[in-house]
Amino acid sequence: MRISLFVTCYNDLLFPETGKAVVAILERLGHEVDFPIAQTCCGQMHYNTGYQSDALTLMRRFVSVFREAEVVCVPSSSCVAMMRDHYLKLAAQASTPGLEADVKTLLPRIYEFSELLTDKLGVEDIGAFFPHEVVLHVSCHALRSLRLGDKPARLLRKVRGLTLVEPADGEDCCGFGGTFSVKNADVSAAILAAKIQGLLATGAEVCTAVDNSCLMHIGGALQRQRTAMRTLHLAEILATSQ
Amino acid sequence: MSVRVGLAGTAPGFPEAAKTLLSNTQLRHNLRHATNVIRKKRERVVAEMPDWQDLRNTAHEIKNHVLRHLDTYLEQFEMACVRAGGHVHWARDADEANRIIVGLIQERGHKEVIKVKTMTSDEIQLNTALQSAGITPYETDLADLIVQLGGDQPSHIVVPALHRNRMEIRKLFLEKMGLESLGDRPEDLTEAARQYLRERFLRVKTGISGANFAIAETGSICVVESEGNARMCTTLPEMLITLVGIEKIIPKFRDLEVFLQLLPRSATGERMNPYNSIWTGVTPGSGPQAFHVVLLDNGRTKILTDRESRATLDCIRCGACLNACPVYRQTGGHAYGSIYSGPIGAILTPQLQSMEHSQTLPYASSLCGACYEVCPVKIDIPEILLRLRNRIVSNGDAPLSERIAMKSAAVALSGPRLLRIAHAAARLGQIPFKKGGAIRSLPGMLAGWTEVRDLSAIPKQSFRDWWKERERAKAK
Amino acid sequence: MTRSSREQILNEIRRATGGPSNQQEVEYAGIRREYRLAGTLNPRARLKMFLDRLNDYNAGTVVCEPDRVAEHIASTLTSRGKQRIIVPAGFPRQWLPAGFEFIDGAGLNYRELDRSDGVLTQCSLAVAFTGTIILQDQAPGEGARALTLVPDYHLCIVDEARIVETVPEAVRALEDSKTVAITTISGPSATADIEMTRIKGVHGPRTLDVIIIGAVPRADT
Repeated sequence: MRISLFVTCYNDLLFPETGKAVVAILERLGHEVDFPIAQTCCGQMHYNTGYQSDALTLMRRFVSVFREAEVVCVPSSSCVAMMRDHYLKLAAQASTPGLEADVKTLLPRIYEFSELLTDKLGVEDIGAFFPHEVVLHVSCHALRSLRLGDKPARLLRKVRGLTLVEPADGEDCCGFGGTFSVKNADVSAAILAAKIQGLLATGAEVCTAVDNSCLMHIGGALQRQRTAMRTLHLAEILATSQ
Repeated sequence: MSVRVGLAGTAPGFPEAAKTLLSNTQLRHNLRHATNVIRKKRERVVAEMPDWQDLRNTAHEIKNHVLRHLDTYLEQFEMACVRAGGHVHWARDADEANRIIVGLIQERGHKEVIKVKTMTSDEIQLNTALQSAGITPYETDLADLIVQLGGDQPSHIVVPALHRNRMEIRKLFLEKMGLESLGDRPEDLTEAARQYLRERFLRVKTGISGANFAIAETGSICVVESEGNARMCTTLPEMLITLVGIEKIIPKFRDLEVFLQLLPRSATGERMNPYNSIWTGVTPGSGPQAFHVVLLDNGRTKILTDRESRATLDCIRCGACLNACPVYRQTGGHAYGSIYSGPIGAILTPQLQSMEHSQTLPYASSLCGACYEVCPVKIDIPEILLRLRNRIVSNGDAPLSERIAMKSAAVALSGPRLLRIAHAAARLGQIPFKKGGAIRSLPGMLAGWTEVRDLSAIPKQSFRDWWKERERAKAK
Repeated sequence: MTRSSREQILNEIRRATGGPSNQQEVEYAGIRREYRLAGTLNPRARLKMFLDRLNDYNAGTVVCEPDRVAEHIASTLTSRGKQRIIVPAGFPRQWLPAGFEFIDGAGLNYRELDRSDGVLTQCSLAVAFTGTIILQDQAPGEGARALTLVPDYHLCIVDEARIVETVPEAVRALEDSKTVAITTISGPSATADIEMTRIKGVHGPRTLDVIIIGAVPRADT
């Protein structure tokens, strides 16, 4: 299968290792990966902050870049949520001929990374080896918007050597929320403090998730507090081998 | 006409108010305890309902249906209520509602009123209006009594005094009720409230209530409660005045079969709350012999004009979204500067009062979606928050620094060429702030972020540069 | 002349919604109602559920045969130490045991109600799923609303035949008398306003006992 990677704007700049891991996994599974260089951003940050017209421009770019893709892989549940929850509405509001139809036909071909593996490609065991205790942070968009359920956990359970542990209040938000963490930095920090407590209580060495945005937030506090826990995107765990 | 929501007009913005409240560890301890208790109870009793989602769907459809035909349903309600011996008044705003209510009480020469917990009366600041007319209002809900005696503001829609612990309440009661001694067990405090209010229940001749539901078909009012104080206030006085927001209408009596299942489980985590009172007009020989309904607009018709955010009016004030909200759970209700707090407050207050003082409220959410998931009438609160954020930006009311940042980001993301330049600029820009592999302190908008969190430093090579390099290597 | 507030509000609504529509009834009838309307339990299981839920609310419960109601009223009142009991009009006289002072509830003022030891009533309906009893204002054996409110103790006699399983069944059974004032009671009055600690008994009766007339559950069930 030819899979087009939408790496997302922040992974591109801040977390290139996640993108590389996704490429490695998909190629290991025998698929051809394509990275359309004209891609930039899904528009989530602008949309969620109230800048819908800028979000629309970014959506137009996304749609024109990926219109012909067979399958699009996105290693970020919040970006996929942006597309699934808001693209159709945004397209309907714009008076661009054909845009709504393009969005309609493109959306079913867009997969969040763990979803792509379990649902589209039908694999759970990718032969990864990661001999560490890992706690999975369930991001809000994965949980409530994409309803990924146990898909990420199923993938992790197949990783050799890996022990998966459950945090208390695992379904609570980490307090990132994009520009929320900037505009309401104090409240965001308070939410994060509660989250970190639950994660650290597990004694795990690594905190993983399907979103680097949450992980950047959680990791920022883990690092600041000099804890013995680090963050790693799910793809980077799955890309390991013996 | 001027729309007013409690004291929200003078409240500070959410981030500032929140910052102050976050340093109140007692408050945060109480909050965590209270919201955890209700959340767990709610989860348990919702889980035993096989048809919970079906009930939510029906409630959602009924509420939306009512809003589409609100004019007809209000007229129907009025007709039925009047037929049953009630009087119906219409108030455009808080001042008009207060004028009507004060007038009715003065007409009878009454000097005191007993009140059932009603958010709507807090919204119009009825107690202030009563007091300035020489009428003494007695709040009779235990939590409202605590709030009233403390000269305080409610911090939760359902349990307004959850920011107070037993020792604080004991001190307050000792002082304000003129008691010699008082224990500090919740039982003792509840008993004190019973004693304090019983004489007033039997004496006071005007009762004031809100309504959980107003039934168009029959002109009936339904009040949902736990303590029995609502039954007291709506049964014993000579005159009863019920203040009803116009969105509280449900079409038919039988629709109660939906809402009376959703509300208690969502609000207090009970299968059914101890008491529901449903009455219609005046019944000879039982209950108040004079009954007045005041239908209140106070900004609601304005909310109705926006199809996209109209569903805000579907709210049945259960408070489940507060208990589920990670933001509310940290700050409590006072940060919202309005009697309507939590996620529902973040969308209701700014719409009621023309956004003037509440520009920060639609941003008081991480958009985690927990509110929508627990909402018994399926109000898509995150969607409405986004709608309101967009309205703030479109009106040009967003902070300048934010507008510049967003515009710059939009330009940088407008294509791969500019993006690479922006990447390079960001990499250069971080140099003064980089310490090892992390950024520990940033100025300006990001200062709050780096106060308690590191930012990962930008790696030398972006993904796209790596990809290009790889493609070039492959091509060779 | 300025328009009345009523007119202004209605006009604002019509401006927002596009005005009255002749589709209202059709639309209402089309509202999806896929929730549970009726229960599925047999009478014995329904009774057991009702008892469980009442006990959850800390209400006292007992089930008895029809010919032993007076006896159980007597033992319940004795165990609670209640002597002067208000009884509404229409309450079956044959159920009143000797040795207590039963006061006719009609015409009593609130202070008189307040001075009684408690009230003894029947109910119109009961809901097993929520442990609720439903009283209709001034119905025979149920009395005016204040009767079951002001006294500190309420003993309610429930005929098993009046127990339905679900809330919708109860609401629909009330359809024909829907303009009669209704009080639904689920356990004694309660509050959790102080530190979320549930306290039984605030302003309404602090103690609720329920005697159910029906098939006494066998010990083996």
